[in-house]
Formats: sequence, structure tokens, C-alpha cells
Amino acid sequence: MSRKINIWANLDWISVLVYLILLMTGWISIYSAVYNDAHQSIFDTSQLYGKQLIWIVAALFIAAIVMMTDSRFFPFFSYFFYAFTLLMLVAVLFFGTEISGQKAWFQFAGMQMQPAEFAKMATALALAQYLSNSKQKINDPRELLNIAVLVFLPVLLIMLQPDAGSAIVFLSFMLVLFREGMSGYVLFFMFVLLILSVLALLMTEVNMILLLVLLAFISHLVLGRNIKLSLKAGLLFLLISLTVVGVFFLRSPHIQLEIKLLVAALTSCFILFFAALKIRKKYAPLLLGLLAAALVYTYSVDYVFENLLMPHQKSRINIVLGVDDDPLGQSYNINQSKIAIGSGGLTGKGFLQGTQTKFNFVPEQSTDFIFCTIGEEWGFAGSFVILSLFIFFLLRLVYLAERQRSAFARIYGYSLISILFTHIVINIGMTIGLVPVIGIPLPFISYGGSAMWSYTIMLFIFLRLDAGRTEFLK
Amino acid sequence: MTDRFSDRKFIIGGMIVLPMLFFLARLFFLQVIDPSYKLSADSNVLRNVTQYPSRGLIYDRNGELLVFNEPAYDLMVVPGQLAPFDTAEFCSVLDITKEYVDEEIRKAREYSMFRSSVFLKQISSRNYAVLQEKLHRFPGFYVQSRTLRKYPRDIAAHILGYVGEVDNRIIADNPGYISGDYIGITGIERTYEKELRGDKGVNIFLVDVHNRIMGPYQEGRFNKSATVGSDVTLSLDAALQEYGEKLMQNKIGSIVAIEPSTGEILSLVSAPTYNPDLLVGRVRSRNYRKLASDTLNPLFNRALMAHYPPGSIFKVVNGLIALQEGIVNERTTYSCPGHYTAGRLTVRCRHHFSPVAMQGALQVSCNSYFAHNFRAILDHPKYGSVTNGFNVWSDHVRSFGLGERLETDFPNELRGNVPLASYFDRFYGENRWRSLQMVSLGIGQGELSVTPIQMANMTAAIANRGYYITPHIMKSIENSEIDPAFKKINQTSIDSVWFEPVIEGMYRAVNGPDGGTARMAQVNGLDICGKTGTVQNPHGENHSAFIAFAPRENPRIAIAVYVENAGYGSTWAAPIASLMIEKYLAGEISASRRWLEQRMMDGDFINRARPVNTVTAAGEQD
Ligand SMILES: [Zn+2]
Repeated sequence: MSRKINIWANLDWISVLVYLILLMTGWISIYSAVYNDAHQSIFDTSQLYGKQLIWIVAALFIAAIVMMTDSRFFPFFSYFFYAFTLLMLVAVLFFGTEISGQKAWFQFAGMQMQPAEFAKMATALALAQYLSNSKQKINDPRELLNIAVLVFLPVLLIMLQPDAGSAIVFLSFMLVLFREGMSGYVLFFMFVLLILSVLALLMTEVNMILLLVLLAFISHLVLGRNIKLSLKAGLLFLLISLTVVGVFFLRSPHIQLEIKLLVAALTSCFILFFAALKIRKKYAPLLLGLLAAALVYTYSVDYVFENLLMPHQKSRINIVLGVDDDPLGQSYNINQSKIAIGSGGLTGKGFLQGTQTKFNFVPEQSTDFIFCTIGEEWGFAGSFVILSLFIFFLLRLVYLAERQRSAFARIYGYSLISILFTHIVINIGMTIGLVPVIGIPLPFISYGGSAMWSYTIMLFIFLRLDAGRTEFLK
Repeated sequence: MTDRFSDRKFIIGGMIVLPMLFFLARLFFLQVIDPSYKLSADSNVLRNVTQYPSRGLIYDRNGELLVFNEPAYDLMVVPGQLAPFDTAEFCSVLDITKEYVDEEIRKAREYSMFRSSVFLKQISSRNYAVLQEKLHRFPGFYVQSRTLRKYPRDIAAHILGYVGEVDNRIIADNPGYISGDYIGITGIERTYEKELRGDKGVNIFLVDVHNRIMGPYQEGRFNKSATVGSDVTLSLDAALQEYGEKLMQNKIGSIVAIEPSTGEILSLVSAPTYNPDLLVGRVRSRNYRKLASDTLNPLFNRALMAHYPPGSIFKVVNGLIALQEGIVNERTTYSCPGHYTAGRLTVRCRHHFSPVAMQGALQVSCNSYFAHNFRAILDHPKYGSVTNGFNVWSDHVRSFGLGERLETDFPNELRGNVPLASYFDRFYGENRWRSLQMVSLGIGQGELSVTPIQMANMTAAIANRGYYITPHIMKSIENSEIDPAFKKINQTSIDSVWFEPVIEGMYRAVNGPDGGTARMAQVNGLDICGKTGTVQNPHGENHSAFIAFAPRENPRIAIAVYVENAGYGSTWAAPIASLMIEKYLAGEISASRRWLEQRMMDGDFINRARPVNTVTAAGEQD
């Protein structure tokens, strides 16, 4: 059954207001970042800020068009749109323009289009359509496999460009799956993997052993639920493995790290096995398996890092981990970024008064590093307002997603939230040196038409679904 | 529709808020708590001053300094930091006009308000001293120190090359260079750019509103010091190079001298040359335009790039090939009636003792002998066809490093030309050509062309009795190794036993009892072995050419000399080569040969004012 309703009246104007504030903040920040005496008008379309205004106006038109679209259109066309973006992702590998080593852009008539941006939206729609119609349980391995194929097909194509930054964003769909009932262990498992990866790159062999001991202890505790026994086992485990490794290996630099680790692992397994026998026999293989998996994983992280990553990717990761420091190389940008934000103080230097962001600074000052301008000119007050706006915006979207009656709209809403969230965290995280430099923009604020339009469409599809939530009952 | 996972919205909400709160905490620390990023109210400007490293010094083989660095000062401007200043005083300090100031500031503003632009390049040290005192009155300006190349002796311009500022094209081709950087453009400055340039650094200073540097930002925590370039030692002998350039003054041509046992280049003269100081600093572009438009083309490195037919010099190689292939032996003779005639073709020779064997033929440079000799190679039945015979010959020639780039450590070397049979197949048609048509190749004319460095290298291969080491100018690099390719022995296809008769012929050409073509090159006690060449030049007077090495046993120098439009090889190239050898081996020219030295230095083939009383050596021929 269907009812005619006024979508404009039902539109969530609060979200729209925040959206507009973010767009204006971006526009003014770009003006300040590339401010030039010769072109003082913020409407000067020969400059980036003038161009951004054109993108903004166009984005509002696009938003209006999306709002006037029949909401049945989106689920109906989602697979078609998904297939179409996959085709575009293939096409861009052949016909795209190569910009700094990446074949990620189509260029025509002075305009640029990045299919990966639209792939995020298409995947979100397709995932929503698939999940909302699936009769299978989400934790069913076959169902998880189907979902994985759906999400990783575009990721694979994007990795071929290669554009690791955009590909990473797709990991955020995990959040959607979690909301739809995927086991929380999967998220926890991902989180542990992340921590292990970071630690594996930072650690010497001694620390690695400590880490393994800690892991063994925790699993022992979880399975056995006997703190005294676990502590005893852990301590024994630690002492013996350290002694073995210490006596035989640490003093000889000629022995390969792998061999040291192997010996450490074998010793640990041996001890753990006996410790486990005391809890419950059936857990012993599980414990050993866990430990072995952790060992293999930490070692493979090292291997991937040393052998498979490009030098620039390595150095970006190293900088965040604080492993190496070269002021004129990769970390120069991060240092400059931190100086800019840090020099903003509590209230900032004032509009157009920021010098760092305009002076010998990173090339992406109006795109990926736009947050520096905000931090420098408006200080902590400005950072606080912008971050709070983002938090409010995301929570508002969660609220909207939860009030949806159709699973399609809810799942799509969470996809939107996850994508925006990932962008915000990675982008701001990299400007303050907490995340490796991954070239993805700050939504609605960074310079650039392609990304802005893509986020606008994504957002307004959701707002359109929300406005029409009472139209159809599913 | 409600679902049982609806409570997870709280977990998700928490997952969103938590990292954001963490970021806020971090930002609070960075922006409010941590003092290390704060700038005080009156020194709120940071200035990133690039530290340009000085390029590595260049020494000759005896440790004599060839290139060093001199400080220079560029005045920089940051338009966003400018304040009104006394333009009249400013102009008088710097000897510039107000128009210049306005124009440069306009350009700088256009580039960027907050990045620095060069306002005035290389201000003199006198102006710099005055400016230093008054700089605080001109906020927005600061001085950037650079270094410029300086040459104690004005020699070896072609070898050293020059350094220039990168342009957009160079930046596009060489990642890592940015506007304002210098780069080696020619010569060893270019080949060894990576070693010579060093690494840039940066100093970040706090600057107050009065344009005073308040000190390094955060005790220099973000500074990076520059690393100076590596010093290098060339195999060049500066004294010999200077002497060679003097001998070649007012001439067009080149001298290349190589140490045969190592392949090290001792001297490489390209005449006319230019003063290397001309291409340094502010005057560079003006002087460059002047030099580039000079009809004598002084920028052109003839030693590496000029193509000449080798002329009679090449008889040495043809003799070796015939011996190696067993076409002739030391005792094989041909008679010479003063010319070589076959069918309608006649190659002139001169009157000399006859018949001649290999040594004698090289001593007197007999055209008849080498015409017979060359046709005998091509027509020998064991090859089955002229085409095959020709390719055997061509392969031998190429084994001397001819017809291909030698891959020395100079950036712009050319390959010359040694034809293949396929070339004549295209020209005459397959199997439609005979050895008779090729006969000019036997005496080093025709389709052959070589560069002077290839000739010197070929001479080194003969001096070594069958191998050469790729010629190179770099002897050692501080903290680094030279290319291992410059230690590798390249064998020619001629066995060492065949060199003795040919070297005997070359010895007799210089020191021979009677009728040697290069007796002007004889220096007592030095045992010079050489071969003259007179290269037919359809565009004018013949080119004078000479190759030589000395001493005969354990040679220490192999040399090739070309003097364009100077006529016989024996009159100019041979004496010049002998003077170079004498200078290098003996240290100075003996009194009895001073007249010859004077005559060579006076020789002028550019202004066509040749000395009137040309002394003609007995039996002068190519
Ligand atoms: Zn003759």
C-alpha cells in the first residue's frame, strides 16, 4: 500500500543543515588555504575556491534531483548500478588517465570522474538490496561468502589501479554487517589482527614473545576461567621461553629471526600443551592452533611489509609508527601538518592569518590536508566544533537509520554512516599523525567535485528513503 | 519492523564516538597543552630556509684542484611577509631600479603569497655585506646562500661540463628536483650528478615582525642538515690538458690521450673550446646564447661527437685482420708502381721502395699494398662469398670498439659508422657488389666513420696487443666505487701474436731508416709508434690525423689527434701528438724541438693565416 506524502516536509532538515554548514566550512577553508592577494574575491572561478562554489551549487541541484526521485527506484536499480560501476572500474584501468601512478580517473571536457567514489555508493546500494532480500542467516558461511564476493569485487578492481586508500574504505562495511547480526567475534577478530599487525612491525623478538605470552594467557583464561591456573601457566611459559631464547639465541646475531621465533614458538607450544591439559583436554588443540595462527600472522605481516609494499607505503606506515624520521621526506608533510595544527593554539590565528598552511607546506593543502587550515586558523575551538559536528551528524544518521521501517533503507543508512566515518577518521587521523597518509578526502570539506557529488548523492539517497519511510510498508 | 540486533546501535554509536573523542583529546594536547608547537605572539612566522649542499670538488689525477665552489647569495622574498619599506635605499644597496623591484614583487605575488621566490640572484659579496646590516629594515626579504662552480685553470670545459638551474622539462624527467635546484647539464657534472650533488637540508627559523631570526624553531628538532656532494678524482692530467689546449688553439679538431693499461683518459681536447667560467651564474644564459650561435660551434665536443673517415690510420687495422685471417703473412709482398689500378679504378700512391711487405707498407703507408690486401680478404675463397668475407672483416673492425658507442662516462658520445654487408646489399642489390667497389675501405675512406675517442681507444688496443678497457675519465669517487665496467677487459678478435709486425711497421713509420711518413713525430728515447692519416675532405682542405702510442714496450700513453683542414697527417697531427707524448712522458719539451712546439702553437686554421715557410718533411705523404 502506498500513501502520497510531502517529501520536503518529511525531509530531515537537521541533517541538511549540518550538511550545508560542512560545505560552507570547506569552501571558506579552501579560500583561506590558497588565498592569494591577486584574486581576493571568494567567487573568483579561476581559483580553487571559486570552483568549489560551482561544485557546491551543482551538488545542491543534484541533491534536489535525488529528492524528487521515486524511492522505489533505488532498490530496483541497485544491482544494475552496481554492475555498471564494476564496468566503469574495469574501463578506467584501460581508458583512465594516469595521475601519479594511479589509473583512477576518467577525464573528459576538463572534468574528472573517479569511478571508485561511485563504487562505494553502488556497493552500499547492492549490499542493502542483497541483505534485505536474503532468506539466509548472516552468519551462515555461504551467506558470508556471498557478501564477501559482493564487497570485494570492486575492492579488487580498485586495488588494480592501485588505490589502497579507496580500497580500505570498503572494510567499513564490516560495521553494517555487524549491525545486521554478524557475530561480534568477527569484529573483535579484525580488531586483534589490526593490533597484532601494528605490533608486529614495531617489535623486536623479545617483545614478540611477550605478546605471544599475553595472548596465550588471555586465551587460557577465557577458556579455563581459572585465573590462578592461567597466571601460573603464563608465568611458566614466559620464563621458560625467555630462558631458552635468551641462552641460545639472543647473543648470536648470526641466527635468523625466523629461527629464533620458531624455537620460541615450539617451546611455547610445548609448555602450553601441558598447561592446557590441566584445564580441559578438548581445549588443548584449540589453544595451540590459536597460538600458531598468531605466530604465522605476525610473521606474515613482517613479510608483507618488507616484500610486498611499495617504498612510499612503507615509509608512510613507518612514520606513523615512529620508526624512521626524515624531515624532508614523508614525515616532513606530517611534521608540517602537526606544526600547523599545533600552532593554532586554543582559539587559532584567525581567518586568513594561518601561515603554516600557506607557506612551504604539503601540496594537498586544499584537498587531503584541509583540516590543517581549520586547526591553524580556528585553533582547538575550531577543531572541536568540526569534530562535534561530525559526531552529531553521524549519530543523527544512526538515529535516522534506526527509525527506518524497511531493512533496505536501514542497511543502506548504515553503509553511508560507515563510509563517512571511515573517511573522517582516516583523514583527520593522518593530519595529526595517528594514521598513515592515505589520500582520501574529508567528506564535504575537502576540495573536489567528484567526491563531493558522490557523498551528496549518497547522503540524499538516504534522506530520500528516510523522507519516504512511511510511503511503503514492508 | 524491529529486529533483535537493534541494541547494537549503541555499540556502533560508541564505536563512532570513541575514536572521535580520542582525536579530540589528541587535538587538545597538540593545540593547547603541548608547548612545542606554540609560537609566541611576536615571532609568529616560521621560515623554512633550504640548505643547499655544495657540490663535490673535482681533482685531476695528480690531486690538482680543477673545480671548487664559491659562495653566492640569492635574495629571496616572501610577499605575504612584506611591509612598507624605503624603496630608494633598498635600490641603492642592491644597484637595482624601482621598476625591477615592482616587477619582481608582482611576479612573486603571482607565484605565491607565502612561499619564497628568488628576488635577485647572486648578489655580489660587497652588496651582500651592506645588505646584511640593513636587512631588518626590509621585512619579507631574506638571503639564501648558494654556491657556484669556480675553476682555478680555465681548462677542460668540455670534460667538466656545466651546472644549471632545473627547468620544468628537467623537473618532469628527474623526480626529486624542484624549482631553484641546480643540476649537472653536460660533461661529468651530468654523468656524476648523483655523486656530486649531495643532499639538500632545511632549517626552520622563527622570525619576528622585524624580520629578525629569533633562532631555530624548536631547537632545530625539525631541521635537516645538508650533506655535501662527494669529491671526485679524474684520470685527467691537468698539465697535459692545458698543453693540449694550447697546441690546438686556433684550430678545429681534437686530441684524445688514454693510458692503455687502464683505459683512463689523460687528456681530451676539443677545439675550439671555451672558458668554463663563462657558463657559471648569472652570466650563463647570455654567454650560452653567444657560444651556441658561434659558427665554429665551441660547445660541440668534437672528441666524442665529430665523425671523420679514419683515413690511412685504418691500414693498421686492415693489416691486423689480414694477418689474423691468414690472408697474408709478414713476408707476403705486393709490388707498387706508384699506383693501384684495377679495371677503370686507379688509387694513387707515391714512389717508394718496392715490393713492400707489411712493415714496409705501414712505414710508407702504401696504398697499393692495402688495396691488394683488402681485396684479398674479401675475395678469399674460404668465405664462399664477398658478402661473407665482408662480414668477417666488419666483425673484426667492430671488436676494436668502432661503429658502436664505447659507453664511456660522457653523456653525449656518438657511435660512428662501420658498414655491414646488408648496407651494400640495399645499396647495390644482393650479391651485386664486388670487392673492387669496396677498395676505398681498405685505405680508411668510403663509408667508414669514427670519432677521435674511438681512434684513441683503437690505438690503446694496439698498444695493449689485443685488448682495451673502456675509456673513462673518472678515477675515484669519495665513498663510492667507479663503474665496474671500467675495469673490464674487452678483447679484440685479433690474437696478440699478430700485433708485433704491425707495431714494427708503426715504429718504422716514426723512427724508420728511410721514408717513414711520420718522422716529425720522432722523439729520441721515447720509442713512439704511430700512423699518419690524411682524411679526404670533399668540403675543403684535407684533415690531418695521427695515432700513436709510446713507449713501444709497456706503453703509457695512446693518443689520437685530428686537425681539421690542416692537410697532411705528417705536418700537423703527428708533431702535435709527439709533443703531447713528450710532455707526458718526459715532463718537458727538449730544446731541439722547441721550434716545432712554437710552430704548432702558432698554426692557425681558423683565421686561415697559415705560416708561410711551411717546413716540408722528406717524403711527405699521408
Ligand atoms: Zn705504394
